[in-house]
Amino acid sequence: MSFRQRHLLGIEDLAPRDITTILDLADQYVDLNRAQVKHADTLAGLTQINMFFEASTRTQASFEIAGKRLGADVMNMAMQHSSVKKGETLIDTALTLNAMHPDLLVVRHPMSGAVNLLAEKVNCAVLNAGDGRHEHPTQALLDALTIRRAKGRLHRLTIAICGDIAHSRVARSNILLLGKMESRIRLIGPPTLIPAGAADWGVEVDDDMAAGLRDADVVMMLRLQKERMDGGFIPSEREYYHRFGLDAEKLGHAKPDAIVMHPGPMNRGVEIDGTIADDINRSVIQDQVEMGVAVRMAAMDLLARNLKAKPEGVYA
Amino acid sequence: MSLLIAEALLIDPEAGTETEGAVKISEGKIDRVLTQPAEIEAEMFRMRNILRCGGKVLAPGIVDLGVKVCEPGERHKESFRSAGRAAAAGGVTTMITRPDTTPVIDTPEQLEFVARRAAQDAPVNIHPMAALTKARQGREMVEIGFLRDAGAVAFSDCDSVVADARVFARALTYARSLGALVVAHPQEPGLTAGAAATSGKFASLRGLPAVSPMAERLGLERDLALAEMTGAKYHADNLSTARSLPALERAKAAGLDVTAGANIHHLTLNELDVGDYRTFFKIKPPLRSEDDRQAMVEAVASSVIDIISSMHTPQDEESKRRPFEEAASGAVALETLLPAALRLYHAGQLSLPQLFRALSRNPARRLGLPSGRLAPGAPADLVLFDAHAPFVLDRYALQSKSKNTPFDGAKMQGRVLRTWVAGEEVYARG
Repeated sequence: MSFRQRHLLGIEDLAPRDITTILDLADQYVDLNRAQVKHADTLAGLTQINMFFEASTRTQASFEIAGKRLGADVMNMAMQHSSVKKGETLIDTALTLNAMHPDLLVVRHPMSGAVNLLAEKVNCAVLNAGDGRHEHPTQALLDALTIRRAKGRLHRLTIAICGDIAHSRVARSNILLLGKMESRIRLIGPPTLIPAGAADWGVEVDDDMAAGLRDADVVMMLRLQKERMDGGFIPSEREYYHRFGLDAEKLGHAKPDAIVMHPGPMNRGVEIDGTIADDINRSVIQDQVEMGVAVRMAAMDLLARNLKAKPEGVYA
Repeated sequence: MSLLIAEALLIDPEAGTETEGAVKISEGKIDRVLTQPAEIEAEMFRMRNILRCGGKVLAPGIVDLGVKVCEPGERHKESFRSAGRAAAAGGVTTMITRPDTTPVIDTPEQLEFVARRAAQDAPVNIHPMAALTKARQGREMVEIGFLRDAGAVAFSDCDSVVADARVFARALTYARSLGALVVAHPQEPGLTAGAAATSGKFASLRGLPAVSPMAERLGLERDLALAEMTGAKYHADNLSTARSLPALERAKAAGLDVTAGANIHHLTLNELDVGDYRTFFKIKPPLRSEDDRQAMVEAVASSVIDIISSMHTPQDEESKRRPFEEAASGAVALETLLPAALRLYHAGQLSLPQLFRALSRNPARRLGLPSGRLAPGAPADLVLFDAHAPFVLDRYALQSKSKNTPFDGAKMQGRVLRTWVAGEEVYARG
């Protein structure tokens, strides 16, 4: 097993075998997480800091549990309330934290590229927990693990990603990952929420759910990111639900065994019908949350091995 | 004292020629331009003060339209002294300064401050522009008459678009009565708001807020319609995209008093250079596609674009070392303007006379300045350079106080050897 990355900043930097390495290890951690004693000491003695410049409940909790189950000392910093408000720049914040010698830094930031910038300034391993509209690599990895466990493979699947693609880092990371694993991707949404140039990404683009969902193996719904919209992308939520919300009728166009995914948090009745989300035969939304912890354990484990492999005091 | 600059390759952008010859300067002006061997021999026999150039290139000094000197307000980024040195080292003999300082240059008193500081500290010619509207807010026009009397050569709100068409139309009408030139960076502000990149595959993958190049065409079409309506002297500056060019060609063919300019970065770099969020490549408008870059270079060759400028914009490290969306826009370019422009010459896309038509002659002519020519009677504002000398740019070697150049570490060709302003040598290499 070889995983040579120093940070996990995005799917863009990973080769297909890196992805497989993470998912294989994550599979083992799923078993650990289902056991009664959920504790390993893989990260014992290491310090993990979760730095969230943007509010998050589930991702932060997932990273925290992942770190604790592996024995790391975990600290959470809610940055949106702290020194940033006092005018400190991102780089100064990074240098300050770096002086405390963390080993793993989990960062979420509202600006695209901010985590890359921060990673240049610190000596520890940095995990991107979402930067602006750019990437959210652990989400794409947990989605991949969920798909792989449900469908038995990641290649030659038809995957429909529906909704607010433009504002979604989840969509970008998933498009990169599933493209690398050689699946077929369709983006479906109103043209105002499809990013410019998406057609050049090697994906199909559709603005009609019935046509876009035809023969899909996986239906991945995205949250309508109202907080990132500065006006006028869709006429109303009810029209959006009518045209793009996933209900039983629209899902009928997909394959009979198609699974339904959502990164959460869901807006029920906006992008997805509650009964679909709760349908245990179709929805794998709760599985995604479970896989999230395992994937994050695997990613931190692999990055920590590279930290240990490095000679003392030498940082490239 | 007279000087004979001999054995040089003379670039005459007016005639469009490059010929071996000599230039005699005396009393701050070009006295004679000599190309006949017999004449040169006679003059060399007479003159005591002779500079033999060994075939290096002598051209009219660059007239750079739209330089930001951060005085007043942000002297830590650039002062008249540091900008003046950078200009001299870059072969820029005349800087046309931008009014987008803090505070904005929008009163005759402020303009006088700029003119005084410039005269004290800078070794090159400086002609200031003034804002077109007060505080560049697009609501009320400035005292165009007083400012013109105080020495403003043009009026511009720079990257702040006068969004209200009525305000802009009135300012153009008023400026026309005084024969004043209005310079704008056309964009549709509703579309450009918040954008940090050009929309397309690259910006979408990087997750950056982006704007379509169509925003520039929209802004330009409006400005050209208003220029036609008012008959004003209008210069569309900082154009960057192929979509703007047909409108520009139509306006020129219709005989409007319209010229256009491009920023050297849009002619030599494209959006992919941003790479992994490199903020030194963040400029305004954002870098475009390679197709746009090629179209802009061709437009310079065919004179649809008249002027190339540096759009010199100093920014300190703090304002650049931020997430890309938050980082400041702009690049320093006084010293890199000529070597970057020479990339287009080395690529075979523009000849040296074509380059200096866009760098020297056209801007001087548009602003009513006597320089930009290699002809008897013109000011002896000259640059001598080696068009082929290779070097790797080190940003810390730049004269500007700010070092925010996208060309750091870039391989370039073309070094300035000497610069004269009104016959005085203001720069000599090594």
